[in-house]
Amino acid sequence: MTRIYKHRLFWPAIALLALLLACTIKRPDILGISVLDGHLFGAPIDILRNSSPLLLVAVGMTLVIATRGIDLSVGATVAISGAVALTFIASSANPGSAGTAVGAVIVALGLCLILGAFNGVLVANFGIQPIVATLILMTAGRGVAMLITNGQITTVNSAPFSKLASGYVLGLPVAAIIAYGVFAVVALVVRRTALGMLLEAVGINPEASRLSGVKSRTLVFTVYVLCGLLSGLAGLIFAGNTMAADANNAGLFIELDAILAVVIGGTSLAGGKFNLAGTMIGVLIITTLSLAVTVLGVSPLVTSLFKAIVVIAVTLMMSTRLRAMLGSLRERRRYQEVGA
Amino acid sequence: MSILSVPRKSVSKLNVDRRYLPVLGTVVVFGLMLVIGGVRYENFLSPAVLSNLFINNAHLIVLAAGMTFVILTGGIDLSVGAVLALSSVITATMLNAGIPLSLVLPIAILSGSIIGLGMGVMIQYFEVQPFVATLAGMFLARGLCFIFAPESVPIRDEGFVALSSWGVSAGRWRLTAAVVIAVLVIAGSWWVLHRTRFGRTVYAVGGGEQSATLMGLRVARTKVVVYVISGTCAALGGILFAMFSRSGYALTGVGMELDAIAAVVIGGTLLVGGMGFILGSVVGVMVLGLIQTIITFEGTLSSWWTKIVIGGLLLIFVVLQRILTLRRN
Repeated sequence: MTRIYKHRLFWPAIALLALLLACTIKRPDILGISVLDGHLFGAPIDILRNSSPLLLVAVGMTLVIATRGIDLSVGATVAISGAVALTFIASSANPGSAGTAVGAVIVALGLCLILGAFNGVLVANFGIQPIVATLILMTAGRGVAMLITNGQITTVNSAPFSKLASGYVLGLPVAAIIAYGVFAVVALVVRRTALGMLLEAVGINPEASRLSGVKSRTLVFTVYVLCGLLSGLAGLIFAGNTMAADANNAGLFIELDAILAVVIGGTSLAGGKFNLAGTMIGVLIITTLSLAVTVLGVSPLVTSLFKAIVVIAVTLMMSTRLRAMLGSLRERRRYQEVGA
Repeated sequence: MSILSVPRKSVSKLNVDRRYLPVLGTVVVFGLMLVIGGVRYENFLSPAVLSNLFINNAHLIVLAAGMTFVILTGGIDLSVGAVLALSSVITATMLNAGIPLSLVLPIAILSGSIIGLGMGVMIQYFEVQPFVATLAGMFLARGLCFIFAPESVPIRDEGFVALSSWGVSAGRWRLTAAVVIAVLVIAGSWWVLHRTRFGRTVYAVGGGEQSATLMGLRVARTKVVVYVISGTCAALGGILFAMFSRSGYALTGVGMELDAIAAVVIGGTLLVGGMGFILGSVVGVMVLGLIQTIITFEGTLSSWWTKIVIGGLLLIFVVLQRILTLRRN
């Protein structure tokens, strides 16, 4: 029992279960899944689908944070990716064709790859602090996205492209298949090869890992490129959902949510040991939070207050200091009981 | 011993202290922008435009002052934009409820100090990373805003309106109460950072926390107090913003923390802590304000160019700073 209690994912998992429980008490049928037109429907499926962009970004963020870095520019990358894809479709001769949609995806992801490489060069080659290096693209990025859309909200109609966000395959939402598929692939590659260990080595001590032959520069560069690419994919799902490229609001604050998800999942911002499963739980907590707000009838305006309480509670429960304090309290009580 | 006492060569031939180089760079950029603006546009260097530069950015100057303290210790404060909004909303709703001005202003400022204190305690005593703790502070303050007033609240209190429209004019130069307050905050911050034991401890903590602890400095207390200072400054900034807009609105200052951080970085303060100046941050704010002014004057440029230019400037400054610190080692 104590082993479960001490596991790093204990408190995050409890938080997620508590949220789901609160929703079920209010609406007992909320967790039911029904089949309509061969698709699965229900709140759990909604959570899976709504969490996909955040999960994609958070997976990239976890790897970046593992190397002692941080990427503030993901929100801007999301906006740029959507802007590029939809502008490409809007300006093509045949917006509705599948070929155009594929072209849009390739162009957008290619650009995001370059944006990630820009961050990677600044951090890995110039040795600039990650928070400053990515602040640059975070500031300029939305401006660039506005430049691409010319300050307008570009709306297009392209059935193949919107499938990315709202389509279904085998009864499951395409967005969720992409996001959770990427999650599984990254988790497999990182944990079944030495890659994860090397990333942790770079995060724990960059100098020592370099001296022991780890190509830390290449690794750090690669995680920023991957983070850019995954943010771009998230941007495509966002864009496919609304079919409108809103440079100001697409992916707004997603960097904060993603960092939050990573931290809730038990990965320290100080780098080193990372936990992808924890990140997934963090993402699910944040997505469930918005569902809980609507189900519990809390005004959506105070969602952020709700979020603050969850963040403060989870980070404090994970803090070793508080645990030590609680531990000594329990110890003292036990002595008192023995004494009595 | 004799080898050690040989004076080290200065980087520049002008014998400028290396610590001042980043700030000097900012001042040069500021000067260049003034010259370019003055040459390109009529009336650019007029007293009205330059006065407005201060009047429009008074709240940001105060935010940047508080942020400088935090960044000097190697921390970061993401909550300032939300705290600014909270304080402006508190001011507006309480004034409309008929509570006297002399009571409202201290309460509004205190709200920021308390949030700052909470974040400082989380960071220092519960070892939560500054980024996460202040992120929680940001969500908290934003949420509280909506509890006080989900919609924009206009301020009609006579005392407050009188205060916000107070000003001194000399020719076409203008000075408002907000600018006076901002200047006082800067003077106070300068004094605290450079003339008090606390100020030296701030620099010491940023330079190396462990060495500061070993020297017997009050590291824990200092690290909490800088967040209290930042929160207080943010709340004061909120009042200045309320004076500027004559209203309190829960959605003001979204992303303003980034402007404050950018101003501090452009002002030559290193984000690792331990090096930087409060006056640099003021020049940083002025550079940001000037970018906005130039884009307004240009007329044909769209507003999004502001962001791109700020990003470009950040890139240049950050790379230059990096080269400077590389040479130092």
